[in-house]
Amino acid sequence: MKRKVYLDHNATTPLHPEVKKSMTDAMEAFGNPSSMHSFGRQAHRLIDDAREKISSFIGGRPEDIVFVGSGSEANNTVFNLLSCTAKRCEAPHTKRRQVITSQIEHPCILEAAGCLGERGIEVIYLPVDKYGKIDIAKYEEFISEKTALVSVMMANNEIGTIQDIKKIGSIAHKHGAMLHTDAIQAVGKIPVDVRDLAVDYLSLSAHKIYGPKGVGALYVSPGVPFCPFIRGGHQERGRRAGTENTVGIAGFGKAIEMRAKEMDGESKKLLSLKSRLKAGIEKNIKDIKFNGHPSDCLPGTLNVSFDAAEGEAILLYLDLEGVAVSTGSACASGSLDPSHVLIATGLLAEQAHGSIRISIGRDNTEEEMDYTAEKLAVVIDKIRNMSTVGRGAHGKKA
Amino acid sequence: MEKKPEWAYSDKVKDHFENPRNVLNDEGAYNADGRGIVGNIKCGDEMIVAIKVDKAKGIITDCRWKTYGCASAIASTSMLSEMAKGKTLEEAYKITAKDIVDELGGLPGHKIHCSVLGHDGLRAAIDDYYRRNGINRTP
Repeated sequence: MKRKVYLDHNATTPLHPEVKKSMTDAMEAFGNPSSMHSFGRQAHRLIDDAREKISSFIGGRPEDIVFVGSGSEANNTVFNLLSCTAKRCEAPHTKRRQVITSQIEHPCILEAAGCLGERGIEVIYLPVDKYGKIDIAKYEEFISEKTALVSVMMANNEIGTIQDIKKIGSIAHKHGAMLHTDAIQAVGKIPVDVRDLAVDYLSLSAHKIYGPKGVGALYVSPGVPFCPFIRGGHQERGRRAGTENTVGIAGFGKAIEMRAKEMDGESKKLLSLKSRLKAGIEKNIKDIKFNGHPSDCLPGTLNVSFDAAEGEAILLYLDLEGVAVSTGSACASGSLDPSHVLIATGLLAEQAHGSIRISIGRDNTEEEMDYTAEKLAVVIDKIRNMSTVGRGAHGKKA
Repeated sequence: MEKKPEWAYSDKVKDHFENPRNVLNDEGAYNADGRGIVGNIKCGDEMIVAIKVDKAKGIITDCRWKTYGCASAIASTSMLSEMAKGKTLEEAYKITAKDIVDELGGLPGHKIHCSVLGHDGLRAAIDDYYRRNGINRTP
């Protein structure tokens, strides 16, 4: 059988065996968690248990966790509350009519921010430096008493760069603005403590950390305004209507429990695998550029650009060798523009087209890193032999 | 029900992507009779098409190429190079993007506009051949 190497853990992860088991068990608890009878209470206990595990892992109180249908829903919920003008809404239509976010957010933030813009709220997209770090000086220039919300992602999904959320948050609070962070790529990979960070809202997701798809959560700090994105039920203390996804939530809780046990040790392993792979790539392939911050980076994320090679072709040749990665090239996304994240870090369009993201996970091995570096060299060589582009010509500029 | 391909593209695209035909390995040594370049790497696709022509008969005897681009750009240029060979210059000039896509057994809609440029490259190569030989093209 052909070898398969999965290196796309920032896209999604396989279920942890313990998670799978917990979900299979939870399938027995079919009762509606809102029902008062024993069937309902059985399901309700599973949800309470998961809420407890998640809140204790990120440092909040259980009642501050709102389960939602995805990380994207968590992010949209936060942006939605700024434009709600309903009288019944507990988020008062604030006089502050400005949101500050960054140029490298996930599309679900950028889209939601774009909609706010069309609803008359000013949106500022902070630039980043060549490593993908927020330009704090620019941020301090823009923030004012007009700013309602600052939303900056904790760790970037494409290049892995980690932001100083604590600092960004303290500046926001100094000006009376609220702070949201999309921590979907961060929670379970690096330490996250909502009290230490002093965030008002924090989004997280299960399927990036060996939990199931279709379940996310939003941490809402006590006392901050809230507006339900989905209305019509008392679930989640009236903050998110819809019968709870008991099986998914139970799996999320177990995934977090396993992160608490495994994260620290795994982080060391991922860093070592990454540096082995990086060395293998550097040894075998010329005219390349690594993207993202050299040290403030997710342990398993490696983003690299290859001169004279296009990302979708790299991805698909690697796929034929059984290696799964992702690319920032436009050609794989169905749009004409390459990765907005790489462009924001100052890469030329052709460098962004020629980039791939390798995201390593808990099951990967040293042997797989060597296999990937070896196959990547063959693939890049093959593509470059067909390419119209001379090498080193544009890579040097960066 | 039609069987969905297991890959991102059709089997023919996969075949041409895996085993590209007629790649222009050494442009200097090839000594083309006509050469065209189209596209732009900033947009993600660029192609060079080079042809050899039987001048007496006006037939393309060989067609080689280079491509910077995605799988469908590579496969469509490879396919074009096979289609062009043996055709008269005027027959080859009439090859359209649709002809290439049909030969490949289809491409995803969003790929056609950006990645199928080979026919334009071929026309540029034929125009170049005419120019070099002082021929005014009269289709």
